[in-house]
Amino acid sequence: MEPVIHFRSAVSLLGRFPALAGVDLEVDPGEIVLLRGPNGAGKSTLLKVCSGLLPVAAGTARVLGVDLTEDRHSIRPRVGLLGHATFLYDELTVADNVEFWARAARADLDDAHHAMDRLGLAGRLRDVRVARLSAGQRRRVAIAVLLSRRPELWLLDEPHAGLDADGRDLLDGLVVEAARAGATVLFASHELDRALSVAHRVVTIAGGVITTDEPITGATGPTAHTVGRPDDVVDVGRPDDVA
Amino acid sequence: MWRDALLVAGKDLRIERRSRVAVNQILPVALAMLMLFGFALDPDSPVLARATPGLFWVVVLFVTVLAVERSFSLESADGVRDALRLSGLHPGGIFLGKFAALAAQLAALQVVLGFGVVVLFGRDLAGYPLLLATLVAATAGIAAAGTLYGVLAAGLRVRETLLPLLLLPVLAPVLIAATRAFETALDGVPSDGWPWFNLLAVFALIYTGFGILAFGSLLEDS
Repeated sequence: MEPVIHFRSAVSLLGRFPALAGVDLEVDPGEIVLLRGPNGAGKSTLLKVCSGLLPVAAGTARVLGVDLTEDRHSIRPRVGLLGHATFLYDELTVADNVEFWARAARADLDDAHHAMDRLGLAGRLRDVRVARLSAGQRRRVAIAVLLSRRPELWLLDEPHAGLDADGRDLLDGLVVEAARAGATVLFASHELDRALSVAHRVVTIAGGVITTDEPITGATGPTAHTVGRPDDVVDVGRPDDVA
Repeated sequence: MWRDALLVAGKDLRIERRSRVAVNQILPVALAMLMLFGFALDPDSPVLARATPGLFWVVVLFVTVLAVERSFSLESADGVRDALRLSGLHPGGIFLGKFAALAAQLAALQVVLGFGVVVLFGRDLAGYPLLLATLVAATAGIAAAGTLYGVLAAGLRVRETLLPLLLLPVLAPVLIAATRAFETALDGVPSDGWPWFNLLAVFALIYTGFGILAFGSLLEDS
């Protein structure tokens, strides 16, 4: 079976700076791979290259069977990127945002509504403008957008940032569930304990190159404490301006 | 592409309906400019009457800069620009959607400004077919060029100051043609104004066509 991500000596430049300086990486379908490394190591750049946002300057880079050196546009609708930014319009409501991005991706609106329901956004938060939400609530909306698109490859950059404990459990559960359904997940996180409980492999990146690539010893697969949580509807509280 | 255009236009107009920036901020600026012209040139003087078409379009051009800046500031916040690139939306559709939403807002502003000219400057409107045709063609050209230069400037940190520098010279032909067309509609022989309308229509077609083709590259590279 062809790997979902296949990089050999992949180089990506930010200006003249080689943010990726020869990355070798392979990720198989259904794998959950934790990407770790110090600040500025190239984690975010690698995720953006995998999404097709940043170009590959040299080397081999194939994602979902597409050669990124020739075409980095056609894979974009097939990946879901959750970055530091939440990709939301402040002036629109939660439902407006989720439905807009779902329609843009030709996703089923029922999936969008179901995603909002899973993230605890279908109740009183549904018609609240995103500008009035807390950081954690915004992150939940961003996850709902990602979920509604049903991406084949999940690219998550510090996905737990801003989420409360319930939200983190919920996200981990969604990641595990997505992998079981056949999606592949590459995520960067500094929360190692939590990340290790869902990941199959840990890849370390430093200075723009992969320095270690190890399976998690004793890993039982994605059977972490989070399994079973996604079906819960979590009350995520009130928007900031509601007393 | 058309489906994506409708989706993007609907989103932009929904944002305006919720935020009311055009109504509460841009429109008052436009009306204030009209009043200031009235104060400066004396509403009873023949100079103001002669200058009305030009003043109208100068105000339209200035509010266009504000509206374009607003339209693309929406896409610059919180990584939305990257999300648009990842969305799978057709770049030409994004262009047409933003163009349509901008044109709709500018058209509404111009209708209010037209009433402002009648009330504040005491001008009677005449030559309606040419006036309306000019309004439509000039608005399309302004919105198309504005959308194109808006995305070009959107990725820059100095976009607020750079946008008028880029856009206003490009819109100079629209200012001239629309002013001449309005002058002939209001004070001259309206049939003499149609060549100016033709110029506006060609400008709008060129910029709309170019925008559909080039928007994707500008969204990627700027």
